[in-house]
Amino acid sequence: MELYQLTAWELFEKMAAKECSAEEITQSVLRRIDQKEGDVQAYLTLNKEASLAQARAVDQKRASNEALSPLAGIPIGIKDNICTKGVKTTCASKILSEFVPPYNATVMDKLDATDCVYLGKLNMDEFAMGSSTENSFFQKTHNPHNIKYVPGGSSGGSAAAVSAGEAVLALGSDTGGSIRQPSAYCGTVGLKPTYGTVSRYGLVAFASSLDQIGPIGRSVKDVALLYSAICGKDEKDTTSIRREYPDFAKGIVPSVKGMTIGLSDEYFGEGVSDEVKTAVMKAVDALKEQGANVVSVSLPSTDQTLAAYYIIASAEASSNLARFDGVKYGYRTKEYTTLEEMYEKTRSEGFGDEVKRRIMLGTYVLSSGYYDAYYKKAKFTQKMIQDAFQTAFGCCDLILTPTAPDTAFQIGENIHDQVKMYMNDILTVTVNIAGLPALSVPCGFDKKGLPIGLQMIGPKFSEGVLFNAAACYEELLGGFSAFSALK
Amino acid sequence: MSKEYVTVIGLEVHAELNTQSKIYCSCKNSFGAEVNTQCCPVCMGMPGTLPTLNEQVVASAVKMGYALNCTINPVSKQDRKNYFYPDLPKAYQISQFDIPLCENGYVDIWVDGKEKRIGVTRIHIEEDAGKLIHDNSFAGSLVDFNRCGVPLIEIVSEPDLRSSKEAKAYLDTIKSIVQYIDVSDAKMQEGSIRCDINVSVMEKGSDTFGTRVEMKNVNTFSGAVRAIEYEAARQIAILEQGGTIEQETRRWDDQKGQNFLLRSKEDAHDYRYFPEPDLQTIVLEESYLSQIKDSIPELPNKKFVRYLTDYDLPEDDASLLVASVEKSTFFETMVAFGDVKPKSISNWILGDISRIMNETGKALADLEIDAKGLDALLLMIDENKISNSAGKTVFEEMLKTKASPEEIVKEKGLLQISNSDAL
Repeated sequence: MELYQLTAWELFEKMAAKECSAEEITQSVLRRIDQKEGDVQAYLTLNKEASLAQARAVDQKRASNEALSPLAGIPIGIKDNICTKGVKTTCASKILSEFVPPYNATVMDKLDATDCVYLGKLNMDEFAMGSSTENSFFQKTHNPHNIKYVPGGSSGGSAAAVSAGEAVLALGSDTGGSIRQPSAYCGTVGLKPTYGTVSRYGLVAFASSLDQIGPIGRSVKDVALLYSAICGKDEKDTTSIRREYPDFAKGIVPSVKGMTIGLSDEYFGEGVSDEVKTAVMKAVDALKEQGANVVSVSLPSTDQTLAAYYIIASAEASSNLARFDGVKYGYRTKEYTTLEEMYEKTRSEGFGDEVKRRIMLGTYVLSSGYYDAYYKKAKFTQKMIQDAFQTAFGCCDLILTPTAPDTAFQIGENIHDQVKMYMNDILTVTVNIAGLPALSVPCGFDKKGLPIGLQMIGPKFSEGVLFNAAACYEELLGGFSAFSALK
Repeated sequence: MSKEYVTVIGLEVHAELNTQSKIYCSCKNSFGAEVNTQCCPVCMGMPGTLPTLNEQVVASAVKMGYALNCTINPVSKQDRKNYFYPDLPKAYQISQFDIPLCENGYVDIWVDGKEKRIGVTRIHIEEDAGKLIHDNSFAGSLVDFNRCGVPLIEIVSEPDLRSSKEAKAYLDTIKSIVQYIDVSDAKMQEGSIRCDINVSVMEKGSDTFGTRVEMKNVNTFSGAVRAIEYEAARQIAILEQGGTIEQETRRWDDQKGQNFLLRSKEDAHDYRYFPEPDLQTIVLEESYLSQIKDSIPELPNKKFVRYLTDYDLPEDDASLLVASVEKSTFFETMVAFGDVKPKSISNWILGDISRIMNETGKALADLEIDAKGLDALLLMIDENKISNSAGKTVFEEMLKTKASPEEIVKEKGLLQISNSDAL
């Protein structure tokens, strides 16, 4: 067993028992990166020297018997839309290709306190818009299970790196499924936290009311560890919520005894592959045997939700991305004579097609005369969805669905069919629209050997319940690491 | 020129609030600092940064709302106003669209010897933009972000004003009120109070407003008067020639004394307002609101009218006293003794006391005037016990020695012998 194959918790125990050093762990992961990165291409920026130096510093702290966090010395990758002071943060876009933020995202300040090791910045769909990581300006990331396939997106770099053993843990961001869908495609565990529990300060905004940063790992406990480290009220983000945040990793009780699981026909309908349905239902049956009750719940149509999602997300994006105008930072076109021309050329040359599509869509739905027909209606639909979930959670503790309708598709397969691409998000966007937490865990492989994802959705602030249920299932399967591409 | 026209004016006044820090970050809110030294990633709209609302801004706006007799919305929201300009780093301004903090108020102004009530449509909070600097040594333009995020209130009037004179009176009243309740310095030379003007004309006797034209870039109140007169004349000239007024936005050039087309109705910006998702709804508690309401002092426009009616002061005296909080407070302390005519007190305050304040550069409080003693002195003058000029000597001596006027009069033998028996 190589160190890079272990979970964060296993590595923490090894370090605590002086069976290995943080430096050895980072070295193991860096060697793995050397070996796999040519195929996977998960990283946009790698900080080999800096990460080794960080690891050595942790070893020194441990040698002098300083109290250390369980994440101390654990090599972590960061999605490239999270601002890292002094380290390039590109959002995988040409327009920010040289942008080095002079400030940290709040989650980075929080991670600093754990002494974890930063490996580098991970690839993504440009500005987190996409479901395949094919929309990166720099490179396409490949699914480590089969490099002909996409890793999912937009946090494809994060899920691929964790699955390939190129990172022990990673931070992603999730606006409509961007943590969960790549986790499903790569066989990792990914959490989209309750909206407002993780500060968005320093996360380059795509859709402010839907974006959340979250952890990706190879075990439930690892994900709980990283979530505990980054959650909490932040004075710099007024949408972050003040409440008691327990130690989630410590609090895990791997059991579903007495829990009620809700199933909704809406999430097993047309478009969901038989292999996926079968794997998810098998998981449901396994949990039933562990003492869970299963009930059927009614949720609004996923089509309606998807429409509302694309309107709200694009509207906010059109405004959030307006600041990339060539005036202050980032890319500016070379030749222009007027201000108008500078704006037009900078943005035409700086943004990729998918980003432009969403900016145009968002601009359209906010235009005077169309606002009521689109944006207002979408906000109304959002309220309806929130209410429907509230009703559903009146009779169940969590809802199980497939994470994505199918397993990973081939690189290039959907690139010209936007609607088909958008359908990838159909089972995940609801969670963002309703502001709920959801966890994606592996629940099998398809015939091609690609992982299948199971989504567990809970009411607001029910992360602890999701961890308990997922940990119970994890025990049944003998761990989730087997779904990663660690060999 | 056969017809007579009425000018209809509505004003949008922007006043920078004098809060310690900016509206959405902790940068200092100060004027005149070296370029790009009062800014941070938040007010410069750097990627990933988020605004946090400065509560003092809300308090100041609500205070102004009460001063202008508005209804305060206990629940209001902030919205994004989207447009591209290099001085606007986020490419949207956080403002308030459909639910402003304050609505449906009014203010009474004094024109031609009487009060006129002007409706106030709304007051909302928003952030200021930066400034473009055009420097001849450089081919392009430069941006100073210091002003980005300086808190503003926008006070929108109803189209109730009918002349440039009324507009000027309205602007002066608004300015004196923001200064009185200490929410803005309202220094025109620093651009901390400025306005956009909506002007239309209609035939006298008509009850249908003409098409309005908006004028931007009006930075002084005297400029507002010129801009209104120019625009009304321009519109009347067009109508007289049988033309029609186009709804458009024009830029006032005070140097040239002319305005120029900025954009026509077709080119009007679509600001694509939508609720700001980075900020929470503003919810104001009843107790919070009543606390602010109770803190509003008597306002200068009301005080002015009271001085005319209750104390029979001339307009000039009243406006000079009202213009200074400490002078009017002292005036009322003296009047309250009930011994001396208010006009005599006013004469002293606006005469000798103001002169001494100017000469010494001291505030009225720093002169440490014994109000009761001055009252006694003025009584002696009123009763012809001493002459007015002797009174001045006594007063200066009072300030110097802190002795009572009676002692000084006795010591200096200034008693005026008007009683013939004593001769």
